[in-house]
Amino acid sequence: MTTYIALIYTPDMDFNQSGAAEMGAEYAEFGQAAAAVLRGGNALHSTATATTVRVSGGKGGDVLTTDGPYAETKEVLSGYYVLECADLEEAVKTAARIPAAWNGGAVEIRPVVTFA
Amino acid sequence: MSSAGDAVARLVREEYGRVLATLIRVTGSVVLAEDAAQDAMVRALETWPRDGLSDNPRAWLLVAAKRQAIDHIRREGRRADKEAAAMEHPVDDEPAEVVRDDLLRLVFTCCHPFLSLDAQVALALRTLGGLSTAEVARGLLVPEATMAKRLTRAKQKIAAAGIPYRVPAAEELPDRLDGVATTVYLIFNEGYADIGRAGVAAEALFAGPGAGRADARRADCAGPAVPEKKKKSPAALFFLVDGQPVLLADQDRTRWDGRAIKEGVELVGVALRRGPDNRYAVQAAIAACHALAPSYAETNWEAVVSWYDVLLTVHDTPVVRLNRAAAVAERDGPAAGLALVDGIADLESYPWWHASRAELLNRLGDKDAARAAFEKAVAAGINAPTAEHLRRRISG
Repeated sequence: MTTYIALIYTPDMDFNQSGAAEMGAEYAEFGQAAAAVLRGGNALHSTATATTVRVSGGKGGDVLTTDGPYAETKEVLSGYYVLECADLEEAVKTAARIPAAWNGGAVEIRPVVTFA
Repeated sequence: MSSAGDAVARLVREEYGRVLATLIRVTGSVVLAEDAAQDAMVRALETWPRDGLSDNPRAWLLVAAKRQAIDHIRREGRRADKEAAAMEHPVDDEPAEVVRDDLLRLVFTCCHPFLSLDAQVALALRTLGGLSTAEVARGLLVPEATMAKRLTRAKQKIAAAGIPYRVPAAEELPDRLDGVATTVYLIFNEGYADIGRAGVAAEALFAGPGAGRADARRADCAGPAVPEKKKKSPAALFFLVDGQPVLLADQDRTRWDGRAIKEGVELVGVALRRGPDNRYAVQAAIAACHALAPSYAETNWEAVVSWYDVLLTVHDTPVVRLNRAAAVAERDGPAAGLALVDGIADLESYPWWHASRAELLNRLGDKDAARAAFEKAVAAGINAPTAEHLRRRISG
């Protein structure tokens, strides 16, 4: 079994806005359907709430923060799932059932590194 | 509006920031507190001119705002912990020092470095100054829709990302105060289009730190507090009178707030003793020279130039040099000032550099060169009221 992370990219969204309930139902449906391989996951607040942190001058140096996401892009990371699947084919099949995949977004699958 | 109505409007505006600050602490929600404080303000504006002022306007506003908050919570059926707590602990009145602390919390939250500077300035004007979104947008020369989005985004971040609503610990204070001072500075430098109103925000920003200066921790706040406190009275180059800018030289000094000046000058002393190398304190000292002069002509330019010399030792920038040159022009005449202005490099794109040249060339009687410098100032993007003022001087 391999652990994958499914990174969900969509137009920036506010989960408090209208339409969120409907979307929530779709995701709940996915959650039940994929329960066997789901190991966790979260939705993220919009990038308006993001803070990007850097440290200059090496470890323990000055903490520099920027108000906003790491990169300003049209689609943003708005949530993720942790999946445990037999192989990439199963992971992709699972990702294809994540609503963002057909709702104007995309899902990026990455295998998780396991340190021995 | 009647003069009684004006007085009420002014009082309500002055109290807005304080009421909002307490309400945010009590309800734990900036958005909810803002809605409730707005509603309370509207009610005060309706009832006070008719029924007379309450004995304790702030308490009246707080009670009214709290009732509105409870109504909001009930209407939306929300029972978040903090919001519910607000209902269980009624706020009738708060001791002055609690209100001051609330205001401080709001200052530090609005000016939190996790928010962009743009967002900080907008939020400070909106919450502490009680300006409407449209007014903030006009003041900062941003389309209203953009400003509404910026404000929503900032409030959303405070709530969702969990920016704390508290006064920073002593060891964090120096850094954080610098941030607050920067924000307040921007309010004045960017917001002078409506500086009369922006002054309300600055006053609110520093009502807390200034009032509590006996307390050592708060005394640290006095440094950055001072220049802005002073600026509210006279130090800003322009003041709006009936919507028209008035040069420092032409301002009616009898309209300055003597009490604010006295308090401000005392704060300058405190700030300079605590940090003689604090540039805001030195800038405040310059502002104090202006504030204490009975007229523009009687300004002690020798002292002003000396303070600029001190400022250059802690904060040497082309803009400070330009300001010093302007003071030298007043002390030694336009030719001496112009020589200094012309000697400053790197200000080719700075509209005030060209405007200063235009003014000094005009005083020297060189109308053609003054006009050319004026055109460059306009091309560099000087604001409209200043352009109009300069145009009148040069053609007059």
